[in-house]
Amino acid sequence: MSSKATYPDVHGRFGPFGGRYVPETLMSALHQLEQDYRRLSGDASFQRELQYYLAYYSGRPTPLYFAKRLTEALGGAKIYLKREDLNHTGAHKINNTLGQGLLAVHTGKKRVIAETGAGQHGVATATVAALFGLECTVFMGEEDMKRQALNVFRMRMLGAEVVPATSGTRTLKDATNEAIRHWVEHVEDTYYIIGSVVGPHPYPMMVRDFQRVIGDETKSQCLELEGRLPDVVIACVGGGSNAMGMFYPFLEDTSVRLVGTEAAGHGITTEKHAASIAKGRPGVLHGSLTYLLQDEYGQVTPAHSISAGLDYPGIGPEHAWLHDSGRATYVPITDDEALEAFSTLTRLEGIIPALESAHAVAEAIKEAPRMSKDQVIVVCLSGRGDKDVDQLAQRTGGK
Amino acid sequence: MERIQRAFYRRQDRAALIPFLNAGDPTFADSLALFRSVLRAGADIIEIGTPYSDPLADGPVIQNSALRSLRAGFQLPHSFELAAALRKEGDHAQVLFTYVNPLLQYSVDRFFRDAQAAGVDGVIVPDLPFEESESIRAAADAYGTALIPLVAPTSGEDRIRDICAHARGFIYCVSSLGVTGERAKMSDRVKSLVATARQYSQLPVAVGFGVSTPEQARDIATYADGVIVGSAFIRRIEKNLENESVEVSVLEECVYHFAQALVEAMAQTKRRFVQGV
Repeated sequence: MSSKATYPDVHGRFGPFGGRYVPETLMSALHQLEQDYRRLSGDASFQRELQYYLAYYSGRPTPLYFAKRLTEALGGAKIYLKREDLNHTGAHKINNTLGQGLLAVHTGKKRVIAETGAGQHGVATATVAALFGLECTVFMGEEDMKRQALNVFRMRMLGAEVVPATSGTRTLKDATNEAIRHWVEHVEDTYYIIGSVVGPHPYPMMVRDFQRVIGDETKSQCLELEGRLPDVVIACVGGGSNAMGMFYPFLEDTSVRLVGTEAAGHGITTEKHAASIAKGRPGVLHGSLTYLLQDEYGQVTPAHSISAGLDYPGIGPEHAWLHDSGRATYVPITDDEALEAFSTLTRLEGIIPALESAHAVAEAIKEAPRMSKDQVIVVCLSGRGDKDVDQLAQRTGGK
Repeated sequence: MERIQRAFYRRQDRAALIPFLNAGDPTFADSLALFRSVLRAGADIIEIGTPYSDPLADGPVIQNSALRSLRAGFQLPHSFELAAALRKEGDHAQVLFTYVNPLLQYSVDRFFRDAQAAGVDGVIVPDLPFEESESIRAAADAYGTALIPLVAPTSGEDRIRDICAHARGFIYCVSSLGVTGERAKMSDRVKSLVATARQYSQLPVAVGFGVSTPEQARDIATYADGVIVGSAFIRRIEKNLENESVEVSVLEECVYHFAQALVEAMAQTKRRFVQGV
């Protein structure tokens, strides 16, 4: 780990962001979790076990694939895809659920809960619960259960109970509220596997650490393939776990530009978007201080994105800090831009990306033509699009 | 802050009753009338809930109440208006309940300045644990408003000690694990939680979360100085609201009677706050 990357501080803060704004009932559990995590993450046998599952169960390392036809079509910088879509369960989410699942096992918990938006984190949690013999309950917004019916079915096949969140906007935000409320009641025997770099400390740090394998691999693969670091690294950001995992190992490589793509929905000048950096201001959601979509009086306003996984009114606190410090740039990508990128990548490379990841591809499509042919862009292809095919078929009438 | 102390001391025959209602549910005027009702029935401290879009510590009854209030256009400044209106009418103690984000967005200093002007004696912030509370407590102290802390069955003695050392107003003991909402049975752990809090603080100790019946209130009143009741009141209001043309007098009557029943049950214990005298 790099010498300067000392965030979060002892208060769980990334600059002013982060912290632990949760009911008192959870505070002892969070302190205990932090202690357990610090102990186990430094434990060689825990790390060996995690490495084993990442390699032999999930299939890591994932390839850094040169998207030759996409690159040629755009006529600019070389585009590489970090193929997190090739992980077991189809997205980067498993990197984190294997890590936290093992934490649950090593701390004697028999039951895990999770929130999920697109269902990818829910599936990844249900998967490790099956693998490690843990009981599993997943909270999912009622609206998202409709959008992502296939993932609901998958979770149930894996033996998980899926509980619809019927409050508020019935999406990821509300599923997270329900998961936290449930955890408050069952904190003594239940481990809460948060799926992104959000929530109270130590979650943003822990999830980042479990996801940094994306960036660590990318760095060495790029050095091997290109003999140098990439010029730009692009990743989509809802809560921001794939982006944080990708960015973190590059934080001190200042020649590498870090770009996060926020979901701009119908456009950031409309009310229907999920661009918390572009349009939000600092506030507290789900236990941490971060950029947040809210009204004048601090009521959280509904987010919108075509992709359930980005449909979230907040963003991980470390991203908020990277934005304020200027180390990373966050740009909005609309539903339409994401859909076009989805189709372009599918046709040119035969890779169907998740709608979430298509937001990152869209930014690469914008940037590559403006860059020279010897420059390198890495796109984090965080997940595969199988889960979205049904939704898109309905949208296009199957054409 | 002194009004809170007085509210606990003045009762000769029982522990203090602390009803929680969401301000603005179903309307500003109706909730004002409901607060008056519980005061008439003998409430000692009223807890004025400010509605929030994402109330993490609350169960469905208070969540829905907050939604009704938000839909009616209620926001934090209205809570101050409501508190100010009640303050003009009497010298009762009143505390404001709000999640931390509306407080931060209003800006901390402005919040406590307006709270003081509205005659608010204390503030309860359920998602502001001790670790995050320092600057907010400093502002509260500067304006003479009590930042009332919560302790939970999971807190552990070290945390309870730290929390109590910085407590103002009273200590709010969370009766059981979980969110707000009525419970058939109170956990036995709350009694020892109250005892632990007493070891580290001379302040009154009140119990809340899950108190549903006069019998439960009476049992708690045998060992605690105050009983906080929220969802049980709001469920009674909610039930009446199913009839869309319900008169506010019906709502007033139902909270009045329930408050009275709680008061009478608590009076059976003949136990009053004596600590720290």
